[in-house]
Formats: sequence, structure tokens, C-alpha cells
Amino acid sequence: MATEAAIYKAVPRPSLWERIRTSSAPWVFMAPATVMIFLFFFLPVVLTIYISMTNMSVATFGKVVFIGLQNYIRMLKSRWTVKILTNTGFYVLTTLSCFNVGLALILSLLTTHINERVGTLFRTLWLLPRITPSVIYALLWIWVTADAPYGIVNQFLSPFGIEPRNWMNAQPWLVVIMANGFVGASFGMIIFTSAIKSIPEDYIRAAMVDGASTLQRIRYVILPMIRWPILFVLTYQTLSLLTSFEYILLLTDGGPGFYRTEVWALHAYHRALSNYFGNVQFGYGAALAAVLVVIGIIASILYLRVFRFNELVAEPKIEAL
Amino acid sequence: MLIRRIKTAIPYALLTVITAPIIVSYGWLFMSSFAKRTEGLKPYGFTLSNWRFLWEPLPNMPSIWRITANTLAFALVVTILEVGIAAATGYALSRLHFPGRRGFLSLTLILHAFPSVTLLIAIFYILRLLHLYDTLLGVILVKASLELPLGTWIMKGFFDNVSWDIEMAALIDGCSRFRTWWQVIIPNIRPGIAALSIFAFLSGWSEFLLPYIFLTSFNNWTLSVLIKRLIGDFRFVDYGLLTAVGLFYIIPVLFFFIFTQEYLLNIYTGGVKG
Repeated sequence: MATEAAIYKAVPRPSLWERIRTSSAPWVFMAPATVMIFLFFFLPVVLTIYISMTNMSVATFGKVVFIGLQNYIRMLKSRWTVKILTNTGFYVLTTLSCFNVGLALILSLLTTHINERVGTLFRTLWLLPRITPSVIYALLWIWVTADAPYGIVNQFLSPFGIEPRNWMNAQPWLVVIMANGFVGASFGMIIFTSAIKSIPEDYIRAAMVDGASTLQRIRYVILPMIRWPILFVLTYQTLSLLTSFEYILLLTDGGPGFYRTEVWALHAYHRALSNYFGNVQFGYGAALAAVLVVIGIIASILYLRVFRFNELVAEPKIEAL
Repeated sequence: MLIRRIKTAIPYALLTVITAPIIVSYGWLFMSSFAKRTEGLKPYGFTLSNWRFLWEPLPNMPSIWRITANTLAFALVVTILEVGIAAATGYALSRLHFPGRRGFLSLTLILHAFPSVTLLIAIFYILRLLHLYDTLLGVILVKASLELPLGTWIMKGFFDNVSWDIEMAALIDGCSRFRTWWQVIIPNIRPGIAALSIFAFLSGWSEFLLPYIFLTSFNNWTLSVLIKRLIGDFRFVDYGLLTAVGLFYIIPVLFFFIFTQEYLLNIYTGGVKG
């Protein structure tokens, strides 16, 4: 006992200021992020729901009235809702299956099959669309699909006797889906490539010894072994395709004509933040956005539950001092 | 023998064909900016006049240098805010014990997956409330905040990999938490900080939607907004000028892309672009 007391005396007790400084450390480190996340994530979620239940618009900014679920009822009754839902479904499913998963698989299988350095070069090239600023990327597509003497698609197709045309107006969906797909493919490509590379060599060799052809090896060895990464890309990209509208805004802006390529997220933006429709309707736009916000919250929670979330947030191993 | 050769050549041929659109369109971007006129892939005549925007103002447009300065300021401040705050938050989440840690970590992960574009309408309202609508500062704050969950998560990963012994030694020698963080741990994760900084800078430099929606005055625009307006004005008319401005805009992107791609590869997979 006596020795313990002696030790206590020997080590000076930290001053009050010291103790405050030590115990406040976590709060000081966390404060800026907390404020910013509150202001630009938490508050917007609550506000989206609130605004969606008001009649807020440019005309009523001063005197906002709470109108309950009327915006949502209007949304259900609108004759455009079905059209936009169909558009959104078509866009998400086609882009996802053909490019974000389909082309991504083809690219990762091909680039891992060939010489390592050449494969890396091709994968690097496929990252270009992703890192190119969206305006420039859209400009490239506008040019590629442009009218006769300028556009390159027409230049390539004219020897085959295909009438030159402005492809952005003639086939807007094809252009929108391809433009988004060329960006989307690289995400899956990177994830599938690392998954394919981590398959033990033995499995592939065993299949080769048994006389499996390249396609059989892909079908019976590689694909079953990367089904989790495929599921991950599928769910993750569904959510981002469903909510992103940047490239469509730049390419067709929902046209040509009335709502030809208008998707749900773009429609919410048009209603609330773009002036083309004369009267900017924040309330109605927020109701459209709120649907996506709710889907986003549910999906991101679900997706983290499925993909081993608990391991990621485990307590640090050493928490002494 | 021949059949085997052809068989090995097939994947190369396939890859070349499906990658051709990318190579061709970027090649055109370079070529067209120095050509008097292009028809498809055929250039007619060499000229530097497409680059005239560097010394004389564009018609009805703000000065390119002012807009470039805006873009640079935007990207730099976003980078400093994002990396600085993410480094603090990531450290606390990696090393400190405090109530709410688990909750905050879960929140970071959920927000990382959450599609923040759906919040733009409400953010518009908040910016107006704070009198930050149509100011560069407002857009900077929004951009830095929306990137924060990703940055924090990446930073936490870097801190997790630093040995605890170094930190323990510093703390036992009487170093405060802040000094330990700043003088002992941060120098250990310099490569990580460099990678996140480059990513943040490029992401800020390329940002289109936020400035386009939240900046209305001419003089506050960034390069992406200017080019969007140019596309609207010049559509199907002056491709030479458009491509020159476009090339001017993506020079830093290509520079970093060529010299630092291995660094960035891993972080790019964390983004939420379609």
C-alpha cells in the first residue's frame, strides 16, 4: 500500500488544463466533420422530406403552406409518371446489364487473359472516360454523333450506305446508354480484375488438365468464383445509375421532344432547379427527390449489412491511454 | 502453329476494337484544337487561332483567366478542407475511444454509399438560408462535405496501417494527442495524403453539377460551367475553339492521370459515378 501511494506522489497529477485537453481530444478532432455532415447531409434529408410536403415554389417563396401528401398524390396522378418510370427502368437495366456488368466482365476477362503489361495499358485507357470532366466527355459524344460533315459515326457508316443523321436526335437512348456505359464499365472492370487475379492458379490449371476450353473455364471456374464481386457491382451500380443524371443532362437534357430520355432524377432536377419550365416548383421536385432519398437510404444500409459491415467498424485493437 | 498464333491474337484484336472509340475521340480532341476545320477525322489546315481565347476574350463570355482562377481556387480550397478534415476525423475514428464512435463510423459508411445528388434541392435551400447561394465559398463547402465520407474512410484506412508503437512512444514521452497526430503520425502517411489530395483536386477541378446549379453570376463560374455554356452557344459551329478550351481545361487532369495512375486507381473505385 505504502509503495503504491509513493508511486502516485512520484507521478505528478496532470493539471486541470491537461486533463481537459486530453479528454476533449476526440471532440476537437470530430467537430468539423460533424458540423459539415450535419449541414449538408443530415439537414438536407430532413429538409427534402419537409419541402416535399409544402407548396414551395418561386411564386410562393414568401408564404409557404404545408400541404401534406398532396405533392405525392399529384405525382401518382401525373400522366408523365408512368413514362418517366418506364424510361428510368429501361435506362438502369440496359446500362447495368450491357455495360456496367457485361462489358466490365468482358474487359476484365480479356485483359487478365493477355500479357500483363498490355492488359494494364488497356485498363488504364478504359479509366479515361471516368476521369475526364463530364462536360468534356459529353462534348466528345456530341461531336462523335454530330450531323453529316462533322460527326465521325456518319463518316464510318456512310460506306455501308447508311443515311447520315444526327445520332443524338435519331437514337437518343443508344447514345445516352453508351455514354454512361463507357464510364460505368471501368468500375466493374477494376473490381472484377482484382477478383479474377485472386483466384488460386491451381483451379485454373486443374480445369486445363481436365481439358476444359477457355469458355468452359470462364463458365465453370471463374464466374462462380467471382459471384460476390458481381453482386456487389450490381447492387452498387443500380443505386448510382438510379440517382445520377449528370451525363443525361449534358447529352440530351431529357429530350429530344418531350421527356424522350427523361429519367426520375433528372425530372426532379428539372422541376425544382431548372428554369425551363417557367415556374420552378421546389415542393413537387422535392417530392420526386424524396422518393430517391428514401430508396438511397434503404439501399445503402442494406448494402452495408450484406457486405460484411460489422467487420469494417470493429473497435480498434489497442485503445489504451 | 498458325492457328495457335491466331488464337492468341484474338483477345488483343477484340480489345483494340472495343477500345478504339476512346482512342479515336481523344485523338480527335488534340487534332481538332489545332485544325482550321475538321470533317469527321479529316483535318483541314493547321492553325493556332483556336487558342485565341488565351489572349482575347470570348464573345459574351467572362475572361478565361478569371474563370481559371475560380476553378483553381475552388479545387485547391476543396482539397485543403477535405484532406484536412478527413485526416482529423479519420485519426479519431482509427485511434481514439469515445462514445458515438461506432455510430459515426457506420454513418460514414452509409453516407459513402448514399447518392448525394438526390439532396441538391434541399442543399439549394440551405445555401440560400446561409446567404451562400451564388458564392464560390458556398459551393466549396458543399463539395467538401459531400466528399467527406469517402475521404474519411480512406484516411482511416491509412491510419489503421500505422504501427501503434510509434504513437505509444510519443504519448509516453509526454506528447499531446494533437502534437502526436500532427508531428508523428501525419508524416507517416504522407503517400496516403498525397493520393487523397490528388484525387480531391481532380474531383474539384472537374466538378460540373454543383457550380452549374449553385453559381449563377458570370464572374463566379468555373471552367466546366463556361464550357457547358459554350457548347450551348457554339453547338455544331466552332468545334476548333471548343476543343481548344476543352483541352486547356483537361491538361491538369491528363497530367496527373499519366503520372500518378497507380496511386489513384484504388481511390477511383470508391467513387459513386454511374
